[in-house]
Amino acid sequence: MPSLLFCGPKLAACGIVLSIWGVIMLSMLGIFFSAKSAVLIEDVPFTEEDIRDDKNPPQKIYGLYNQVGINCFIAAAIYVGVGAVSLCQVRLNKRQEYMVT
Amino acid sequence: MSSLFRSEEMCLVQLFFQTESAHNCISELGHLGLVQFKDLNPGVAAFQRRFVKEVKKCEEMERILRYLEKEMVKSNIVIAATKEKEMVPCARDVLELESTFEKLEQELREINRNHAALRQNLIELMDIDSLFIAGVIKQERFPAFEKVLWRLFHGNFVLRHTEMQATEELQARGAVKKDVFIIFVQGDHVREKIRKVCEGFRASLYSCPKTLYERKQMSNSVMTQMEDLRMILRRTEEYRAGVLTRAAEHVQEWGSKVKKMKAIYYTLNLCNIDITQKLIVAEIWCPVSDLTLVQSALIKGSEQSGSSVTPVLNRIQTQQTPPTFNRTNTFTEGFQAIIDAYGVGTYLEINPAPYTIVTFPFLFAVMFGDCGHGLVMTLFAVWVISQAESLRKWKNELTDVVIGGRYIILLMGMFSIYTGLIYNDCFSKSFNIFGSSWCVRPMFHPHGPWQYVFNFFFLINVHTAPHISVWNIASNKLSFLNSFKMKMSVILGVSHMLFGVALSLVNFVHFRKFQDIFLQFVPQLIFMLSLFGYLIFLILYKWCITLRSETAPSILLLFINMMLFDYQSEHVLLYRGQVWIHIFLVLTAVLMVPVLLLVKPFLIYRTRMKTRHQVGEQNHFICFLLQVSMGDIFVYQAIHTIEFCLGCISNTTSYLRLWALSLAHAELSEVLWRMVLQVGLKISSGMGSLMLVVLFAAFAVLTVTVLLIMEGLSAFLHALRLHWVEFQNKFYEGSGYKFTPLSFDSLLKTQQ
Repeated sequence: MPSLLFCGPKLAACGIVLSIWGVIMLSMLGIFFSAKSAVLIEDVPFTEEDIRDDKNPPQKIYGLYNQVGINCFIAAAIYVGVGAVSLCQVRLNKRQEYMVT
Repeated sequence: MSSLFRSEEMCLVQLFFQTESAHNCISELGHLGLVQFKDLNPGVAAFQRRFVKEVKKCEEMERILRYLEKEMVKSNIVIAATKEKEMVPCARDVLELESTFEKLEQELREINRNHAALRQNLIELMDIDSLFIAGVIKQERFPAFEKVLWRLFHGNFVLRHTEMQATEELQARGAVKKDVFIIFVQGDHVREKIRKVCEGFRASLYSCPKTLYERKQMSNSVMTQMEDLRMILRRTEEYRAGVLTRAAEHVQEWGSKVKKMKAIYYTLNLCNIDITQKLIVAEIWCPVSDLTLVQSALIKGSEQSGSSVTPVLNRIQTQQTPPTFNRTNTFTEGFQAIIDAYGVGTYLEINPAPYTIVTFPFLFAVMFGDCGHGLVMTLFAVWVISQAESLRKWKNELTDVVIGGRYIILLMGMFSIYTGLIYNDCFSKSFNIFGSSWCVRPMFHPHGPWQYVFNFFFLINVHTAPHISVWNIASNKLSFLNSFKMKMSVILGVSHMLFGVALSLVNFVHFRKFQDIFLQFVPQLIFMLSLFGYLIFLILYKWCITLRSETAPSILLLFINMMLFDYQSEHVLLYRGQVWIHIFLVLTAVLMVPVLLLVKPFLIYRTRMKTRHQVGEQNHFICFLLQVSMGDIFVYQAIHTIEFCLGCISNTTSYLRLWALSLAHAELSEVLWRMVLQVGLKISSGMGSLMLVVLFAAFAVLTVTVLLIMEGLSAFLHALRLHWVEFQNKFYEGSGYKFTPLSFDSLLKTQQ
């Protein structure tokens, strides 16, 4: 069975740090988007028509907020996966180092 | 009482000890790490000193140790680390250690030589185990034959040829000249190829040795020889590994012993040995509070060597300036290092380090001001602090700098979180924690819809929610922030400089220069307060009162008009009686300049005249030669005055870099968010999450490299410059030399 190791110890450690940061920051962003925070209005992709043609304002904008929030949560979940893969790589690297010496 | 506030009081002590106990006494002092040996033979060259041979021996031993360590690293043998304090060997053990080292080195070199020779033999044997073919060919065909063989085997063969001796018979028959050749080539499968080539060239082949049986015999003998050689090589390697492993257990211990011995011999070179060869005299600088410790260490050392006479300590008075010693611990040594990098403090001068522990991270944070970045920096610093010992093993210069400054980075990160909360900036987004204190109603007050209310409630809330979150998306954000940050920088700058001037008062009191308090400290203070203290007052006053925005006077214009005495009726004033106060303040400041410039030289002149009258005419000539001339004093005072007065303005302006860098940082962080992360957030379809994953990785990498490392280094440098130049030139002299004690701990740490 070919070795599952594809990156060195330093890259795997960077991967773990990046995924922890990604999980925390993206899930917090997701929470803030779901809470419809006003400061994040510029990050929501609304257009002029959305505001004008809205029958029941501001439900359209709220819907967009929720969509972006869900995107953030999905990205956080992907980063959990990346983190798990990096953790495996770190363990494999440690085992290989132990076997060589 | 020792503290970081001021450097320690030092004393010069003479030591007398016996030659036999010299090693032990000096080693005890080295373990203590509190004394600095003075060089009693300054005129002697390095190769003329007494113990130069012993130092050379130690260096030779170090060389052998380095060679051993290199061999161990090559063979992947782990070097055991020793933790206990080793005793320094005396002269007898030195010889034993030396012979052990030399024996080890010789053994190792011999093993390596044999190993190389055996390996060479093996390779040669492997060559013999190959095919060889002999034959005869016409001479003119030979070069082409050789070329074909080259192309076929790419040079992996050996071809030898020689002219055949022509017998008379053959010459008579007119036979063509022929060459006999022999080819050595590896591998069995090439026989067919060679046969074909030889057929093509019409060469006749003879295989030798003649019989197959002999060939087989030879091949077998070669194989057995190779097996033997391989076994010998394996045994040699095992033996070598055994030798190195046995040595590896001790190599670190030996290394530290050798380093200590070298340090002791170096120290002995600095001392004086008297005529009878029995007594060694040394002069040391040591802190007054540690004299008892030094005494007990010496007694212990002399007891160890079994000498009957205890060493004698004799404190002597001296006019020389002692070295500057600041007692630091792991937390404060980073901050002391950045102060010492500019200049080690003069003996017994006030030490700026304890204030730097707070003001340096604070000024850094004012320029860095982002709580998200501050949080990342704090976490990084916490990780470095917890892993400091294992990171030190990397022995990289960059990591050493980071490890040395780990507490500085921790404080910088924590203060950045604080200022990030004040600026309300976290990865360029803001929080809405306390709600807005902005009132819309006064905008529609009877005074008109354009009234700009920057009212009193804002100031009360300034410490709880200074920047309301909605400023973040306002389009006129920068015009508000710029004004706020510039005024804040000036306030911080003037306060920092006033603090520096106040510290000079402490120095004057300590050195009992009471005259200087009235001639230097008081005029400087009055000058600064009347001009720049008043500027701060104007800023704070304007923040507190209500004004109509279209008629509000600019503070800068007010200040310029004050200096130019330019008072016209259409200028708006902030309060009644402003004109008279301005005139009073400017006149006071201008009056301080001649006080600073002239009074001190005049007083010195007067005292000189008085002493000259008293001393009389005969000594007049000598006195004149010994004193500094009046012209020099006057020029020095003029330079000092100009530096202070003009420096006030330029230094205050220099503090505006606090505004400039914080603006740059905020803008960079916003650009990064908008150009990188927002692109991913704005995609609302399903692909948005994947794009977000990739873009977040890019955002994180760019944040760390550009915003944390580059901006962090830049803000660090600017905060450091503000301390070194603008703050310290108000009181710091920095013309001392550092106390470098003989300390085995720091010796072993630096050379590891």
